[in-house]
Amino acid sequence: MTSDAKAATTFEEGLKGASEKVAEFHDDKTALKRIQHWLHQTPSAVPMIVLVVALVIFGVLSANFFKPTTLSTILQQIAIVGILGCAQSIVVLTAGIDLSVGAIAVFSSVLMGQMTFRYGIPAPLAILIGLALGTAMGFINGWLVAKVKLPPFIVTLGTWQILLASNFIFSANETIRSSDIAAQAPALQFWGNAIQPGGVKVLYAVFLMIALVAIMAYVLRHTAWGRHVYAVGDDPDAAELAGVQTKRILIQVYALAGLFCAIAGWVMIGRFGSVSPTASTGQLGNIQSITAVVIGGISLFGGRGSIVGMFFGALIVGVFEMGLRLVGTDPQWTFFLIGVLIIFAVAVDQWIRKVSA
Amino acid sequence: MTQEPLLKARGLVKRYGKVTALDNCDFDLMPGEILAVIGDNGAGKSSLIKALSGAVQPDEGEITLDGKPVRFESPLEARAHGIECVYQTLAMSPALSIADNMFMGRELRKPGLMGSLFRQLDRPAMEKFARAKLNELGLMTIQNINQPVETLSGGQRQGVAVARAAAFGSKVVILDEPTAALGVKESRRVLELIRDVRARGIPIILISHNMPHVFEVADRIHIHRLGRRLCVIKPGDYSMSDAVAFMTGAKLPDGVSEDA
Repeated sequence: MTSDAKAATTFEEGLKGASEKVAEFHDDKTALKRIQHWLHQTPSAVPMIVLVVALVIFGVLSANFFKPTTLSTILQQIAIVGILGCAQSIVVLTAGIDLSVGAIAVFSSVLMGQMTFRYGIPAPLAILIGLALGTAMGFINGWLVAKVKLPPFIVTLGTWQILLASNFIFSANETIRSSDIAAQAPALQFWGNAIQPGGVKVLYAVFLMIALVAIMAYVLRHTAWGRHVYAVGDDPDAAELAGVQTKRILIQVYALAGLFCAIAGWVMIGRFGSVSPTASTGQLGNIQSITAVVIGGISLFGGRGSIVGMFFGALIVGVFEMGLRLVGTDPQWTFFLIGVLIIFAVAVDQWIRKVSA
Repeated sequence: MTQEPLLKARGLVKRYGKVTALDNCDFDLMPGEILAVIGDNGAGKSSLIKALSGAVQPDEGEITLDGKPVRFESPLEARAHGIECVYQTLAMSPALSIADNMFMGRELRKPGLMGSLFRQLDRPAMEKFARAKLNELGLMTIQNINQPVETLSGGQRQGVAVARAAAFGSKVVILDEPTAALGVKESRRVLELIRDVRARGIPIILISHNMPHVFEVADRIHIHRLGRRLCVIKPGDYSMSDAVAFMTGAKLPDGVSEDA
């Protein structure tokens, strides 16, 4: 029976004369396939194209559109959504979702304000405490998702309500007036300052948003941590086996998202002047940031997309709102078109994914 | 067998609820050998491999590496000890590039301030290394080392996973069904690679269903049955059909009794 073992080395004799080529690539040369491949590698291209097209259309329709004041107003209006979008982007890249972003932002802004005005803590320290507490709120989300293994949707649906309610209870529904803040704690309104080159007002908040997007784009693309965020969102089991500490990454992502939300809370004080627990961001921040993320081409299934895409997504929403107002249509058309865009963006995402099939 | 085993396990037990995947299992890997692990489906091969590579933690029993007891809480710890594993699922992130995947969890950073302060990845170095390792494997003609793994064929993916393990394994390389998704010619390359790795003095654990492959490359064959080691045979002493008979329980090897 030992002849079997010897036969093992000869069973591939039939290979002789067969082609020596091993697995090779054959590029599909059709234009559509190439576009698909290109989009696969450059996920922020779709929102960029939509943005450029929207800019051209509104530029043609309205003579006022390409004025510096209009453009700076658009940037100003998306500053908060853009920063919340940074938070939402990293969470969505891990195949999660964070419904509590707006609540963390509002609660953090209230905490900063009340630390200063109720407890008399110096404003810079109050801001640091607010940022730390926002990070802690994100950490709780991350801990529940990573360690208790609850679905992110459920966790953040819960913390959204909990934090928003805590926000109303803690603040006793009190608004801190803008004039008081300006007089006693101007640091809280820091991001509301503006540079005015040639009379065009550009808020510091706009620069902050752009800086955060740039930093996160770098971190996600060029650091090991960023690659691990993608790996966790792509296939958590594979990432774990390949040596990624998936739980730690998840907790860090949610905590960092909490920090970004707290920064957005600080920016809100500068943007609105006052500290208000009833700011609409608490209810709408999550939907607005998810909209920016989805239109920006980040896949809700995780692991795909770029934060620059989210920035374009936020810009598209801002451009639509402003452009349609200037053109003089019913404002409901904005939401109508954004709805169409969301569905379009996800359809494109699905199509791009087929590149692997 | 006067040598001490490089990797040794004694009395491993792993239970999943009511299922006992590993039932007092022993294991020995000698330095510089290719040890094949075969067994029927559900025999607990994968659980054994996962315990050895840190992917699961055994409930009982001990593992020694180089004579020292070790306990791996994660694959990362096993890797730090020089044990590399190619899992059946390959453990690749489809949307990330070949180079990213090869260096997952052990990325290279740029020298100087860019690396230490800004933690920037040294992509050129990683790409060069990845390309060199894939060429060494000769398994495929990769055009672009930055293409996402999901754009590769099943065989190419497996090639990348094998190259990753072979490149980084310094003590033990574990291959779980490395030729399962490969064509005949690609399989041959992997078998050559396995011999290359052994030639470098690194022992290999090969899990495979492909009896001709097992009998061709293995120095010894560990036959796994019902969650434990049934016997270890030399491929020259028995035939493939004997081995299949042992692992399915149709026949018992000499001097082994099975208590059911």
